[in-house]
Amino acid sequence: MDNRERIVAIVRKVSNNNTLPDPDESLFDSGFLDSFALPDLISELEREFGMKFPDSNLSPRKFETITRIQSYIESRM
Amino acid sequence: MPAILGFGAYVPSRVVTNAELAARLNCEAGWILDVSGIEERRYAAPEETVMSMGVAAAEQCLERAVMKASDLGMILVSSGSSERRFPGPAASIAHTLGLDGVPAIDLPIASAGSLFGMALATSLSAIHGNVLVIASEKMSAIVSRDPMERGVAPLFGDGAGACLVGPMTGPEGSVQVVDSVLHSDGTFAEDLRLEFDAPLQMNGRSVILQASRKIPSAIGELLERTARPASAVKVFLMHQANQNLLDRVARALEVDTARFYSNIRRYGNTSSASMLIAAAEWWSDPGPNKRDLICFAAFGAGFHWGALLAEVV
Repeated sequence: MDNRERIVAIVRKVSNNNTLPDPDESLFDSGFLDSFALPDLISELEREFGMKFPDSNLSPRKFETITRIQSYIESRM
Repeated sequence: MPAILGFGAYVPSRVVTNAELAARLNCEAGWILDVSGIEERRYAAPEETVMSMGVAAAEQCLERAVMKASDLGMILVSSGSSERRFPGPAASIAHTLGLDGVPAIDLPIASAGSLFGMALATSLSAIHGNVLVIASEKMSAIVSRDPMERGVAPLFGDGAGACLVGPMTGPEGSVQVVDSVLHSDGTFAEDLRLEFDAPLQMNGRSVILQASRKIPSAIGELLERTARPASAVKVFLMHQANQNLLDRVARALEVDTARFYSNIRRYGNTSSASMLIAAAEWWSDPGPNKRDLICFAAFGAGFHWGALLAEVV
């Protein structure tokens, strides 16, 4: 799986929603995630990619869409 | 070692239900309960102030600790909702308690101010003797302004709490402060703020995200430093922000949610007062027993966060 597929798999798992989110659609506005799912999403991403995101980096906007999540993660690789 | 000598609390008599707020906010009462775990909250009467509620909590605390105001060497008062820029409520509360001349310090730290006050009191009590920590909030005056925000107004309520900290652990059965950790980081200061003459601004996603990570981290840091496992803590008395957050912190620490005392269903989020109101209730029933470990924790605007561990000797 490439990075985007790994991210989509995590979003589906955390949101308990098997539909495919549009990569540039807000995961919050589209109902995939709510505020309380965001910490779970970030924990799962840290585990999947073997990274520890510093709290000071964690603006929710970085996790608004699949594309933004991918961009953030790849910037830390 | 410094000791916790007692708690007190005051909540206004007026109960504001979700149904009452839902009608004003054009939403469903059940939605408020689902997103927050809150069924009702208390609103202060127009004549009640941060000062008057703080005095009521202070008097109950002193009565329960079998102390008089004249036994105090300092008071610390936390509020993020005081009615004026300055002076803060500390001097007025001290004056009303008859403590003219006793140092009275304001801690304008929303939500986490009572925890910071307790931690500071454990150090300051060595110099000043008994320190009374008071947290008082009239959040209704902030969130009831029009236009009311559906995502903010239902969360908050009014009330006050107090905690008396003394310089020396007493006989068997007294409660010794073991250690505390405090942290502040202004990176996300804009995400939870109250400007003068403006509505409360809250980026809920950011607040929940940061609180979900920082509270378990602070508790973990404290427990590791004191070589205590989370499983050994009898009760967690935490800032009552949201039932979902309490549950999340419990899961992160791998302890039963039932060990996180919760009164949020009845009072909502009373900001910095909430942790002390919860402590005052728990202290009355069921209350501490010999060898109990008690962990306090809070997170608030700034962000400020931390934890404090106490043990019944």
